[in-house]
Amino acid sequence: MTEREEDKLAGKKAEEFLQVFKKGAEFTQDLLKENERLRYRLLQLEEGVRGESGGAEDSETVRMRLRIEELERQKDEILGRIKQVEAENHDFANRYIDIENENNMLANLYIASYQLHSTLDFREVLQVITEIVINLIGAEEFAIMLLDEKTNKLQAVVAEGLDQREIPSVGIGDGIIGQMAKTGENYFIDDMEGYVRDFGHPLVCIPLKIKEHVIGVIVIYKLLVQKSRFAEVDFELFTLLAGHAATAIFSSKLYSESERKLSTIQGFLDLLTK
Amino acid sequence: MSTYKILIVEDSPTMRQLIVFALKRIRGLTIVEANDGVDGLKKLSADRFDLILTDINMPIMDGLKLVSLVRNDPNYKAVPIVIITTEGASEDRERALALGANDYITKPIQTTQILDVAKRLLNITI
Ligand SMILES: [Mg+2]
Repeated sequence: MTEREEDKLAGKKAEEFLQVFKKGAEFTQDLLKENERLRYRLLQLEEGVRGESGGAEDSETVRMRLRIEELERQKDEILGRIKQVEAENHDFANRYIDIENENNMLANLYIASYQLHSTLDFREVLQVITEIVINLIGAEEFAIMLLDEKTNKLQAVVAEGLDQREIPSVGIGDGIIGQMAKTGENYFIDDMEGYVRDFGHPLVCIPLKIKEHVIGVIVIYKLLVQKSRFAEVDFELFTLLAGHAATAIFSSKLYSESERKLSTIQGFLDLLTK
Repeated sequence: MSTYKILIVEDSPTMRQLIVFALKRIRGLTIVEANDGVDGLKKLSADRFDLILTDINMPIMDGLKLVSLVRNDPNYKAVPIVIITTEGASEDRERALALGANDYITKPIQTTQILDVAKRLLNITI
């Protein structure tokens, strides 16, 4: 074969190879396209399947979800109501306690007042005041001091838990007791803990007043062991005693004096007429 | 309606009135008052009581003596007794309970306290 013939053959073979390669490339292109198409189809089918069964589930789920939401709302409402009822209950319990305390206080005041004005006997009035201070207030050591108009000094007429002779008389304006008798103000010691009895410095001093006129004082030196502090009712009782004990003492004194005078006059009359 | 009879033994008229006031909230209640232990025993023997409330410090016969006499008498030994006293020491309480008192209340009292104890010992639920 000549060189020219050889060149011609080589060119033909290259042409044939290119043809085959071109066809191979086209075939590959087709395969790729087909593959792409099938994948798209598969995706479509998958979505279709999911869509079909998923739609049925959704309506049930939605119904359930709405129901849950409704129940949650009802639960919150019920919990809210329970909280409200609990708060109301708490409020009622507190109000019940308040009413009971009020009832207790009114009972104490009513009975103290009733007893103070149940007699016109001076000694009995002092006995009632003593009972009130022991039983209703809870004092163990105290004294009732009355103003002696002649000496202008406060003198103990009742001593409970104490020796009456030991209690010194007090001039108006002298020390805490004398000052309270002068001003008519109630005195309560600042700190009851660790208090040691001092006749000049009581735990409590309550002036007994008719309007602004002080006729005596109640001085407390010791409370009962179970009584550690004063309650609201005690302050009310002190206020009641300050006024009502004073008028009860004053009226009983007037009454006994008028009784005495009456019997003296009666005695004279008897002498004159016999 | 069942009726209850309570005996109050207390020398202070003020305290008696306060106790009566507290107990009046119990329906169908009859209250008998005595001034001291001897008076209390006399009134106890004249009637049937459901409850006794007694003070300790009283003239003639004190409340502790009354408790021991009541507890040793077969006629009244079952009647519940409540002490209402100024004596707040724990040994006083223990002595009273050892003698047979059912409860021990110290003065000053709260009216509800008396009412609650009385209701409990009388088995009143409302
Ligand atoms: Mg007594």
